[in-house]
Amino acid sequence: MASLSLDGLSRRFGNVTALSDVTLRVDDGEFCVLLGPSGCGKSTLLQIVAGLDRQDKGSVLLDGKVVDELPPRERDVAMVFQSYALYPHMTVSQNLGFGLRMRGIAEEQIQHKVQETARLLGIEHLLARKPRQLSGGQRQRVAMGRALVRRPRLFLLDEPLSNLDAQLRINVRLELKRLHTQINTTILYVTHDQVEAMTLGDKVVVMREGRVRQIGTPEMIYDQPADTFVATFVGSPMMNLFEGKVIREGKYLRFRCNDFSVDVRNLPKDLVGKTVEIGARPEDIEFGRNGKSNLRARVEMLSNAGAEKYVHARLGENTITVKASKDATYNAGEMTSLFIDPDKLHVFYEGKRI
Amino acid sequence: MIPGDRKLYLALLVPTLLVLLVFVVAPITQSIIFSFHRIIIGLPQLKSPFIGLENYQELLHDSVARHSFWVTLLFVSTTTFFELLLGLLLALLIHHRFPGRGSLRACVLIPWAIPTVVSAQMWRFLFNDAYGMINYAIFGHGVAHYIPWLAKPGTALFAIILADIWKTSSFAALLILAGLQIIPEELYQAAKVDGANVWRRFWHVTWPLIRPAVLVALLFRTIDAFRVFDLAFVMTQGGPADATNVLQLYGYKKMFVEGWMGYGSTISVSVFVIVLVLAVVYVRMVGRRLLEASL
Amino acid sequence: MKKGSLENGALVVGVLMAIVFSLVPFLLFVSSAFKTQTEVTAIPPQLWPSFDVDFFRSAIVRYDILGYLVNSIVVAGATTAVTILLGTLAGYALARLPRPWAHFSLMLILACAMFPQIAIVGPVWRLLRWLGWLNTYQGLVLPYVALTLPLTVWILALFFRELPEELEAAALVDGCSRIEALVKVIVPLSAPGLFTAAILTFIYAWNEFFLALLIVTDPARQTMPVGIALFQGEHTVPWGEIAAASLITTAPLVVMVLLFQQRIVTGLSAGAIKG
Repeated sequence: MASLSLDGLSRRFGNVTALSDVTLRVDDGEFCVLLGPSGCGKSTLLQIVAGLDRQDKGSVLLDGKVVDELPPRERDVAMVFQSYALYPHMTVSQNLGFGLRMRGIAEEQIQHKVQETARLLGIEHLLARKPRQLSGGQRQRVAMGRALVRRPRLFLLDEPLSNLDAQLRINVRLELKRLHTQINTTILYVTHDQVEAMTLGDKVVVMREGRVRQIGTPEMIYDQPADTFVATFVGSPMMNLFEGKVIREGKYLRFRCNDFSVDVRNLPKDLVGKTVEIGARPEDIEFGRNGKSNLRARVEMLSNAGAEKYVHARLGENTITVKASKDATYNAGEMTSLFIDPDKLHVFYEGKRI
Repeated sequence: MIPGDRKLYLALLVPTLLVLLVFVVAPITQSIIFSFHRIIIGLPQLKSPFIGLENYQELLHDSVARHSFWVTLLFVSTTTFFELLLGLLLALLIHHRFPGRGSLRACVLIPWAIPTVVSAQMWRFLFNDAYGMINYAIFGHGVAHYIPWLAKPGTALFAIILADIWKTSSFAALLILAGLQIIPEELYQAAKVDGANVWRRFWHVTWPLIRPAVLVALLFRTIDAFRVFDLAFVMTQGGPADATNVLQLYGYKKMFVEGWMGYGSTISVSVFVIVLVLAVVYVRMVGRRLLEASL
Repeated sequence: MKKGSLENGALVVGVLMAIVFSLVPFLLFVSSAFKTQTEVTAIPPQLWPSFDVDFFRSAIVRYDILGYLVNSIVVAGATTAVTILLGTLAGYALARLPRPWAHFSLMLILACAMFPQIAIVGPVWRLLRWLGWLNTYQGLVLPYVALTLPLTVWILALFFRELPEELEAAALVDGCSRIEALVKVIVPLSAPGLFTAAILTFIYAWNEFFLALLIVTDPARQTMPVGIALFQGEHTVPWGEIAAASLITTAPLVVMVLLFQQRIVTGLSAGAIKG
């Protein structure tokens, strides 16, 4: 197992900047997830860490040692590709054993390890088959097995679940988590699916357009997003964002936009008069009770998510989404009172959290 | 790509480039150089002086060379035309789905596969003036009427042209077939629904879409036809009276039979230039599209 | 789908004509190998031979056809081996280099395939004479390699490009160097392409005449095409023996065509359009 350090990595392809000054650290045994939309540079990052591509600036350090000059085979990393990249002309057993064979390990040992890994992933009965005879889920396991069998010091996974159907994805996710606790390896996992990131990661790195936006635990990312991008990318349905100005009302500061105003707490005084964005997650907004409400909105639609419902309401120019219980009934066109707790508000100035 | 990669790839290209350099690029360059010298094989005591454009001047006045050029041109145009025509018909035939199509294709490939010299000997046999099957097929037992095909100037060239058409039509067919196979079936179905008969479907659907393939076949064959040698050598040795003395054969005779390597090189260079011009036309017209489609 | 009987009829006639056109001249010729001497030159021509193998015996004993055959096998075999080896390396490089490099190199290589043999024959002959390689196997094989490399490189480059780059990436991460990845992963998966290129190269080398005529003048080392072209009888043309030799020389090719026609067609079309 190893720690991974990325120090100021930059990479350009012609006019396109894929990575810009990326610095992060993954500790020994940590499950780190790189989260971001397509084109954010996460796959490029993975390729650089694996040694399949070379950065323009910055360094990659494994266990404190710079590995920039080392080719992939000398870095002792294993990679699971989005398309699995299983060797079509080899059996599952040969696919699993390939890396070990390349390292000159004795055939007996190889067989032993292959069996062990196959058992761990539940694919022993597939060992004699060729990739084209396997289902998507089975191929995915073989791809993971090929990486696992070598017990490398770092695992790289490039959107390994994206080709699986929804139910399978959830199952495999849980298995991955279980495997990680069992084997306790260092993992760098790339995905655009924020649910995956939140459930799997010890540490989440949110990226966009080649830059790191925030590094933190899933809770931190969710509860204290560093900027509006992270705030809206993580969490479904999306956080409600409103743009408006900070005004002073006597001793207190308030946020005012065209459609409503609310109290805000703990803001630096120099923000008065400035334009900010405030955010409130659907589950942090209550329906007005006992007269406690600071805005009214007109219900437009109800969406049913099974275990809960979401009310989509209109607030002048803005729309607001509020989580409701699954028994709630609201009619379109109805006016409803809502309460946004100032303590649960997120405030962003120039995109960044205050 | 990792930095070391580019060096590796270039290194992998080196052996191939080396072989091509030594056996193609250097020799062509040398031929050009030779063409400006007087070089005679077998008489080493005579040095090889530089004589400037003398060889080329001689070439311009060389009536045999001029004749050879026209003979070759006639050969090229006739064979290319008929091969493309036959190739087109064969391709259309093979493209049709019918049982035994594979066997037809195999049969058609055989003329392509056999060595040119074998086919040359074969036609020499068939065109024989005493017992050749072609004479028998036309004149039956009337032996007195039998034509000495290979001994008369007009018919000798005809014989060689026929031999080439027999051998190479299938190649043209294959190239055109490749183009046919890309045409989506739906276009024909749409045309049928629109009421087009076989001829109309060919003219309005097939022909426009295979024109590129036909063009490729045309240019390939034209370049190739200029290089004719085997047939002329085996069937007629260039005769009678230079009726089939195609360019490469003439060059060969000058260089290796008569020993005039300098002058022979002049002929070589001329043929090379002709083919080069054609190749440039080819690359211009087809090259980029080919490359983009393939790489 | 209803087909008009006119269309069907035309199809049948067309197919028959194509088969007759392709095969009959050839069969008429090689059947002479099985005739007796009088049957060969008979009028009317005997279509059905009497299966006399005298000409084969004569070809082997008097004209040493087997010697020529051996030379052809060696030369064509060696050419194929060397061309495939060099072609694989070059094709791989072209498939992986960035486009501008690849296009340029490919154009260069293809240009080498278009020149007329006469333009290189003289200097190559002189070079080989200087090296002492006239009348040797290598003297013929190396020029053949130069002539067959362009098409081989192109076919292989096309095949290699088809393979997903992630396979190579997986191999690299698993512990291969680029060369090992080429040998252990890419080449096995490109077997069809390699095979096609090998067949086309072999056929070319087997049939080549012009260079063989000039470079090898010693009958002990000559290849079949030269032997067949230069067949000299004492008084008349020894058609029987020529036919026998022709049959021997074309038999392997016919077998190849019958077995591998799909590959051959694919390879040749790759040389024109990516079909």
